[in-house]
Amino acid sequence: MVIKTEPFVVNFGPAHPSTHGVFRMRMTLDGEVIVDMEPVFGYLHRGIEKLAEERTYTGCIPLTDRLDYLASMSNNLAYVLAVEKLAGIPVPERAEYIRVIMAELQRIASHLIAVGAFLNDCGAFMTPIVYMIREREKILDLFEMACGQRLTYNYMRVGGVSQDVPEEFLPALGKFVKVMPGWIDEYDRLLKENEILLARAKGVGILPKELAINISASGPVLRASGVKWDIRRADPYSIYDRFEFDIPIGSVGDCYDRYRVRVEEMRQSVRILKQALKDLPEGKVRSDVPHLIRPPVGEAYAHIEAPRGELGFYLVADNSIAPYRFHVRAPTLINLTALREMMVGWKIADAIIIFGSIDICMAEVDR
Amino acid sequence: MTVLSGKEIAHQIEKKFPKSIIESSPQSLVVDREFLLPVATYLKTTPGLDFDYLTAITAVDFLDYFEVIYQLTSLRRNHSLVVKTRCYGRDNPSLPSVVKLWRGADFQEREIYDLFGITFEGHPNLKRIVLWEGFQGYPLRKDYL
Repeated sequence: MVIKTEPFVVNFGPAHPSTHGVFRMRMTLDGEVIVDMEPVFGYLHRGIEKLAEERTYTGCIPLTDRLDYLASMSNNLAYVLAVEKLAGIPVPERAEYIRVIMAELQRIASHLIAVGAFLNDCGAFMTPIVYMIREREKILDLFEMACGQRLTYNYMRVGGVSQDVPEEFLPALGKFVKVMPGWIDEYDRLLKENEILLARAKGVGILPKELAINISASGPVLRASGVKWDIRRADPYSIYDRFEFDIPIGSVGDCYDRYRVRVEEMRQSVRILKQALKDLPEGKVRSDVPHLIRPPVGEAYAHIEAPRGELGFYLVADNSIAPYRFHVRAPTLINLTALREMMVGWKIADAIIIFGSIDICMAEVDR
Repeated sequence: MTVLSGKEIAHQIEKKFPKSIIESSPQSLVVDREFLLPVATYLKTTPGLDFDYLTAITAVDFLDYFEVIYQLTSLRRNHSLVVKTRCYGRDNPSLPSVVKLWRGADFQEREIYDLFGITFEGHPNLKRIVLWEGFQGYPLRKDYL
């Protein structure tokens, strides 16, 4: 007797603890093997690109905080770089260093959540993420010292940063960079050779190198596939050409490689922080910028290596006080293009791990 | 990263495809929409240019026409180029899709279709992406209030 089988459609999400926000996957299953998958999103669409067209250039900075709320500093930085490029505004030396310090602290904080949530998805429920939230808390304390906020910072300004760091900030940062490598070693002792993690993540959800490039993946997803591409090195912005750091890459592009790349990037960020702390000059932190910025007619695209990939802002100016067009190149939206390729052929239990390894932030995908 | 001059690349393209370039400047070049696909293929496959990575696509509504901007990068050679194209008409503007060349264009072209109402011919799955099906109008157009 032949058993008749039919494909079976499962709606995963939009409200599910593993979707990191509100995200829906329409999966077609054959037994428990995924034969097709279509991502459905837009549940968090707030129309930020349209809202920005009616605000002043400075007034758009709080909007950028709300794109990728796990990496608000990076969003602030990419946006102000675009406005500075558009209007040709210089940035004082001390502000450049403070920006790099904030961006790298943000990268560590964001990767901690990424790695913690990924392990949560693997089934190591809550224990690893609590360790990582412990360290992230230290970074949030530093941010709070500098700007009074713990999540949406609104700290960068066109031509510098909003205020200088208080005097207790630098000793606290010095302490942090001393202890952070030890904490990363602790995670490695607990997780690197963990049998369950290896069994569930190694060889799963492979993204080949050529496909990763063709699909415009960026950030740790691209680097885990073995492409040595980091905007900080390829197109140095701010003062990144002054620091020494390595670009960790993966070999096969599976979930385990993406996890390893993020952990190694945290070590490199600590390295950059140490150098920046040593060289931090005195001086003012903001150049003289008019209250209402009115850039000449033109366009500018500025991009940075945000924790989740290449974050770019494309601005068009029409010589008024508000941008004529404000476009965000959202790294996680484009990384999601690869999701279907990575999932098809794997079991439904692997879907959550593959999805978690991309590390998305729905607020940025939907804007 | 070296930003290639739009003027020089435009000369190079004109030799292969006469009358394909509308205008060019050091920052960017504007391609006629009829030549978009051949020019894009040429940029991707010509040795020395090797634009293997499509960084971003976006559109701007200039009321008279829509401008679609392609930010191209070559990971192998570490250089970049901005290619633009224009489409006229507000009722049914359309452009050829570049998904066959760079699959990273998939969601971005859907987003432009969703928010600007530009149809991409040859796109495998062109439907609204962030707004719901049945939504009236295209919010990022300048006449949408």
